[in-house]
Amino acid sequence: MASPLYNALFRRNFQMLGVVFVSAFAFEMTYDVGMNKVWDNINKGRQWKDIRQKYAEAEE
Amino acid sequence: MLARSCLRSTRILNGARNGATALTKRPISSYSSGASSESPMKLNMTAAASTALAIGSVAWYYHLYGSTAQAMTPAEEGLHPTKYPWVHEHWLKTFDHQALRRGFQVYREVCAACHSLSRIPYRSLVGTILTVDEAKAMAEENEYDSEPNDEGEIEQRPGKLSDYLPSPYKNDEAARAANQGALPPDLSLIVKGRHGGCDYIFSLLTGYPEEPPAGAQVGAGLNFNPYFPGTGIAMARVLYNDLVEYEDETPATTSQMAKDVVEFLNWAAEPEMDDRKRMGMKVLAVTTVLFALSVWVKRYKWASVKSRKIAYDPPKASNRVRD
Repeated sequence: MASPLYNALFRRNFQMLGVVFVSAFAFEMTYDVGMNKVWDNINKGRQWKDIRQKYAEAEE
Repeated sequence: MLARSCLRSTRILNGARNGATALTKRPISSYSSGASSESPMKLNMTAAASTALAIGSVAWYYHLYGSTAQAMTPAEEGLHPTKYPWVHEHWLKTFDHQALRRGFQVYREVCAACHSLSRIPYRSLVGTILTVDEAKAMAEENEYDSEPNDEGEIEQRPGKLSDYLPSPYKNDEAARAANQGALPPDLSLIVKGRHGGCDYIFSLLTGYPEEPPAGAQVGAGLNFNPYFPGTGIAMARVLYNDLVEYEDETPATTSQMAKDVVEFLNWAAEPEMDDRKRMGMKVLAVTTVLFALSVWVKRYKWASVKSRKIAYDPPKASNRVRD
């Protein structure tokens, strides 16, 4: 009846809560990183971090 | 209508008095007699009169309140600005920070002579337009009031990153006195504060004609600009080719400077725009997936209900009425 996956992840309530929290954090982090990469790609050359080195090196 | 129903109710009362047999016959005759007492001619006249009254009152009301009231002449309204294809107004585009840097240079060298930018502190320029060292050096060029010392005297101190950009005048009255009674507006929120936003300010800055058109009335001390409501503006044309020298060697044409300074002023009004749009992109992407998922779940759950067929299977009719 119960698959090993079910037994490992959802058998007990605290197990399930842990899975929910950990997967939420993991999703959030990977999603943020991925979307920021997409964003930087769309706005290539427009943002401050793209032109910063021109002025930071001149200072030092 | 009301009179007719009254007639009918008395008729029913009469019928009850006279007995059930009379009731079956009399309504038929009395209906026809009722219709003949209100002639179709009269009914038509009433309908026509009430329709005419309704249309007339609507027309009168529209005549009074419906049409657009033009309080201003087109000159007072000002020429509507052209729509320009600003890249930074796209949904997924940030400000071009190189342009912001040029625009800040234009503001500092040209606009700042009269216009304040009082809501922008030096710290907010760090990491968007200037490096920390540049911003610190720029802040230290100005003097600000310090805390009272032991004798209660307020001394001047060099500026810090937390200080706001200095204003050219001490207060509005001083600004008016120095500009023949005209107050140069603060530019911090000017892009949000004017109809047309970026388009308007760009058109205003580049829209000064060589000389006012024939017949235009320009007041004393005013300059003609068709985009300014009223067409008489106290600010003269300030942007001319090669007025500033860009550090990145962009040719400083009038329109280039106007475009850069408008983008900079848009940043001043909406410094959060880059982050807001990035967050918006993330939110829209996630909610699109969640919405599609919820539609699919709804269809999945309803599939059995929607594809169910309810049929009525009547019992077999037999010829015999009674067994």
